Amino acid sequence: MALLEVHNIHTYYDHIHALKGISFELDRGEIVALIGANGAGKTTTLNTISGLRHPREGSIIFDGQPIHHLPAHEIVQLGIAQVPEGRKIFSRLTVMENLDMGAFTRRDRAGIQEDLERVFKLFPRLKERRNQLGGTLSGGEQQMLAIARALMARPRVLLLDEPSMGLAPILVESIFQTITEISQQGMTILLVEQNANMALSVAHRAYVLETGRIVLSGPAAEVRENPQVRAAYLGEA
Amino acid sequence: MKERKVSLGLLLRLGIGLLVLAFFAYRFYGVLARQAYGAETWARLAISGLIIGSVYAVIALGYTLVYGILFMINFAHGEVMMIGAFAGYFVLEAFAASGFSARQPVLAILITFLAGMTVSMLVGISLERIAYRPLRGAPRLVPLISAIGASIFLQNAAQLMFGSMRRTYSNPPALERNVGWVLDVAGKPVSITYTGVLTFAFSVVLMIGLYLLVQRTRLGRAMRAVAENKEAAALMGVDVDRVIANTFAISGVLAGAAGVMWGLHNGIIYHYVGFIPGLKAFTAAVLGGIGNIPGAMLGGIVLGIAESLAPAVLDMPFQLKDVLAFAVLVLVLIFRPTGILGEVLAEEKV
Ligand SMILES: Nc1ncnc2c1ncn2[C@@H]1O[C@H](COP(=O)(O)OP(=O)(O)O)[C@@H](O)[C@H]1O
Ligand SMILES: [Mg+2]
Repeated sequence: MALLEVHNIHTYYDHIHALKGISFELDRGEIVALIGANGAGKTTTLNTISGLRHPREGSIIFDGQPIHHLPAHEIVQLGIAQVPEGRKIFSRLTVMENLDMGAFTRRDRAGIQEDLERVFKLFPRLKERRNQLGGTLSGGEQQMLAIARALMARPRVLLLDEPSMGLAPILVESIFQTITEISQQGMTILLVEQNANMALSVAHRAYVLETGRIVLSGPAAEVRENPQVRAAYLGEA
Repeated sequence: MKERKVSLGLLLRLGIGLLVLAFFAYRFYGVLARQAYGAETWARLAISGLIIGSVYAVIALGYTLVYGILFMINFAHGEVMMIGAFAGYFVLEAFAASGFSARQPVLAILITFLAGMTVSMLVGISLERIAYRPLRGAPRLVPLISAIGASIFLQNAAQLMFGSMRRTYSNPPALERNVGWVLDVAGKPVSITYTGVLTFAFSVVLMIGLYLLVQRTRLGRAMRAVAENKEAAALMGVDVDRVIANTFAISGVLAGAAGVMWGLHNGIIYHYVGFIPGLKAFTAAVLGGIGNIPGAMLGGIVLGIAESLAPAVLDMPFQLKDVLAFAVLVLVLIFRPTGILGEVLAEEKV
């Protein structure tokens, strides 16, 4: 049984039918990429998994348990953390306080301390800036903080929404390297990207989303070779 | 074209500002030249302003906390204070009748405060649950109208339950009103009442307590996170509804404490007693920068002292105190809508 199973979910914004029956799954330890153009429904998919939105139809099963009716704060507690689109760090909280917010549902002090050291090792820059307000960080640092903050929940599944958005190419490179590193430590990752090239190079499997429907899926290497994908998402004729 | 309009508006505001300032200076000069008031009067006015200002500050914190999280003005907040004042009143009545107030004044006052704060806390929580939560996500004007409705409802409910007569707080004998220490200022006596000292001291304690709560505790951190971004806070595992309810509870506790202080220090309460202090505290919150916690504290103290001194400074009748206080609101809204400590926040979220 897969760790996270999404079955035929339909999500609406009032009358806008944003997700029109999406199904996919995540196995333990995988990086799965979800690619698609702007407005395809990638963020809606992640938010439906996280419980910020609820599907009108379909189900989401996490480790054997249906979670699609649960509120967002309970889903974090079960072990699904999200790095939201646009980072959404708390700009008037310090870096340290942002990380504490990441561990909000946890009470195990020793474990939290352990994870703090782990994320500081992953992102030494954050350690240097731990007493600075989140809003004073650069874009790249904010993305590091957003990822570190999500890791502080010690999740079993990490949802990443366009981590490369708005970053200089060299930073994109390093963020993706970090994602690979986190994956190698055993994390299961669902990676949403418009930067399909990058996403497909680190993912094991991929799904292609178009206007609320999955139109293609398979091993990342195969999806990458698909002529339509090459034309539409990899900028090749 | 657009540039000209902006600079014209700026010029106009500058002009009005200078005129207002010149008028103030002229009136104040007259007062000083005539030596209309002695040093002891100024001292008395400043002290009473500081005391009332500290109460405004405590109430203003309630407006600012709720605004910080929901971007709405809880116009029923003054009524939450009024209900707390009544709760304290009935407890003190019972204590006075049984002689408990005379035997155990400290305990009696403590329990009175606890009663006022608890009742106001429950009113605050209910208010949010009944009048605001169902309207979450509606356009901003909708909860505002609901708040005004809740305010009218609470006033009328209090009138129905307690009647419309004015009631006098039965302070314990040890905490008699208008009794206190007497200072000597330029050879004249200036009294500092016990109730005034209690009010000021307890207000400061509440403000420090709130500051520590917001800055140092897990709930405080969650409140700040929710204030900044509700969805991001939810993604951290924060139960946003619960944090909002807690915010109303805290605002209610502060309002209840203010209500009891008002009763102990000023003596008179009735179903309408929350209205003017509520508006004043709202003014104070706007003056300090709505949504800003130190701003609410500063705004309350500044407004209290300003309204107390202004009639004397401007050589106007003391009855104009309230008018002058609300003139402050108008001036702030014209010249600095973000308030003294206001951040960009106030602008960007409105
Ligand atoms: N808050 C919202 N209200 C209404 N419609 C929305 C909202 N968010 C997204 N949508 C719509 O849902 C669809 C999917 O959006 P989204 O999930 O953000 O796409 P993506 O993340 O792939 O760019 C789009 O048509 C978008 O316009
Ligand atoms: Mg998106």
